[in-house]
Amino acid sequence: MTETIYKYQDVGRNYQKDLLGKWYKDLSTANEKKEPVAYLFISGNISELLEVFGFHLVYPEVNALQCGVRKVAGDFILKAEDTGYSPDVCGYVKNDIGLIINNNVGPFGKMPKPDLLLCTYSGCNTYIKWFEALAKFYDAPLFMLDVPYMWNGNIDADSIRYLTRQFSELIPLCEKISGKKFSMERLQEILGLSRKAEDLWVEILESSKRIPSPFDAFFEAVFFMAPIYVMRGKKECVDYYKMALEEIKERIAHQIGPVPKERFRVVMEGPPPWPHFRNFWELFKKWGVCCVGSTYSKVGGIWDLPLQGDVPSDKCFRHDPERPFETIAEYALNCYTNWSWDMRVRMMEKYLKDYLADGLVIHSVKSCRAFSVGQADVREYFSKKLNMPTLFIESDLADPRYFSEAQLKNRIDAFFESLAHKRGA
Amino acid sequence: MLVAGVDVGSTATKAIILDENRKIVGRGLTNTGANVVKAAERAFKNALEEGKFEEWEVTFIVGTGYGRYKVPFGNTQVTEIGCHSRGAHFLFPNTRTILDIGGQDTKAIKVGADGDVKDFCMNDKCAAGTGRFLEAAAGVLGLELGEIGDVSQMSESPIRITNVCTVFVEAEIMSHLSKGRKVEDILRGVHNAIAGRSIALMRRISLEDEITFTGGVSRNKGMVKAIEEKLGMKLNVCSDSQFIGAIGAALFAFEKVEHENNTHSRH
Repeated sequence: MTETIYKYQDVGRNYQKDLLGKWYKDLSTANEKKEPVAYLFISGNISELLEVFGFHLVYPEVNALQCGVRKVAGDFILKAEDTGYSPDVCGYVKNDIGLIINNNVGPFGKMPKPDLLLCTYSGCNTYIKWFEALAKFYDAPLFMLDVPYMWNGNIDADSIRYLTRQFSELIPLCEKISGKKFSMERLQEILGLSRKAEDLWVEILESSKRIPSPFDAFFEAVFFMAPIYVMRGKKECVDYYKMALEEIKERIAHQIGPVPKERFRVVMEGPPPWPHFRNFWELFKKWGVCCVGSTYSKVGGIWDLPLQGDVPSDKCFRHDPERPFETIAEYALNCYTNWSWDMRVRMMEKYLKDYLADGLVIHSVKSCRAFSVGQADVREYFSKKLNMPTLFIESDLADPRYFSEAQLKNRIDAFFESLAHKRGA
Repeated sequence: MLVAGVDVGSTATKAIILDENRKIVGRGLTNTGANVVKAAERAFKNALEEGKFEEWEVTFIVGTGYGRYKVPFGNTQVTEIGCHSRGAHFLFPNTRTILDIGGQDTKAIKVGADGDVKDFCMNDKCAAGTGRFLEAAAGVLGLELGEIGDVSQMSESPIRITNVCTVFVEAEIMSHLSKGRKVEDILRGVHNAIAGRSIALMRRISLEDEITFTGGVSRNKGMVKAIEEKLGMKLNVCSDSQFIGAIGAALFAFEKVEHENNTHSRH
């Protein structure tokens, strides 16, 4: 039996892989070509501003997850532990330290040294210590962009002003390092491209409202979200989402989904266990599970939900060329890890309702406090107050030692077994 | 008609045979050991022998427990979480909460009035507060696992064990022994530590009466007493508590056969 090949089949995965491959290749020669390099975090980064000065952007978190997927995370983590890092330190951090010890050579090639470390402190307090360590290792300038936590569920004018004031300190530093003058025109052009990609990405995410869903908003989203996380504001990024959306439309037209037969729809909270990504997905696929919503796909920005109330997604946050600095500041504030737990819970609740999900799966990550602290309360709220079937499982996002397949399988099987039984299947 | 359930746990493997009236007519129990397939066969054979049955008389077999996919003669598999619910509901129909302490994991299961799983919670990544913890304590005191519960009940001033880590508990016990503390006081402390941890686990899924205590550790009378005292509630326990998973598996087998018979008669 031969499988039908559709025009856009697997474009989302393959094109993404090509883009990232090319991006890593460009990074590997940046130091030689004497082009400026900045290190950034994913959550709430202000990449558009750096893009103006032509910085190559390196994301240590992305490097860490790549090490996980490509099975070298275990070695890199041990290298970091050999130098004294504790087993309790974030697995991403230790991967990155291991990479430095390995002469900056990872499975993706050689990473350039930074000319600037830009720490956007958006909800994860490990970020600060991580980049302080990198500043020592690389002897590179560190700019600490302090982002207020969204504890009251709102973005106020003071927070915006607090951030834009910091931008005015950062810009001269970027000019000095890159030797390039700031250009408002260029910034607006970049922001316009970001916005286009954001519109398209939201359309893909919202396709999961369909039954059956054409798209897995967790297991597939982690691939599909890569361009908007690492190359926002570039034309390639917009082109990517145009193509990816075509694939989704084609899937809808032909009733193709991420699982052959959708039996269960869930919302996923927490990051995936990268070193065991495929096995982890298989544990769900076996039950015909499609993740129709996920919080992890919002760590790099929330474009589909408002801060409060009910607002259609096209009226939610977008980078706006007309309000350049303000929207960059808003973006830095408005990412998942910087949302208070009340806001996060509301997001999960909304996804469960709007995407007609059967239950919530919480994948708790041992070495990530920013994600895990509070998850036990989330579980209690959904299972006890809302009577929503909720599964709590635990492993790690980067450390392969915390993945115990037999235990995970047992919990996942029991959860879907009871959902199936409830349906009388 | 006969059906069977085989529960391959990390420490012990249990098998149960039910007749057409859902009456238990055969029980088998064996250590799991290294060869899981052999253990499943042994437990099943023991159950057949107890009831003087032949293998061909058993229509349907459900495997459960960690080794459920290693029951080569099983017709299907159900997780032990589902089986414990079904089994506890069968023996004690008013069960709403199950505490299952096995060889290397502890589970709290919330059960509906129909015996279905409503919610569950398990210890993670660590054998703290499980049967292994008791085994380690018995080992360092030179006692048999079967006697530590009774010994613990002789305690008049239990010590407070601060560590529920299965690896470090030995060192803690040694230090109490070197201070001249009595064996029964140490053991009562060990039992109290597990009781506290188990109750916390049950509270996570909401602790509702009646509570049925299952798994190998439920045979330990000292453990039952320690939990009941801390909780101020009675626990359902019976001589078949260790077999509840296998009973549940056999009940699932029974349902399967009934369902198939109904489907056939309709066509």
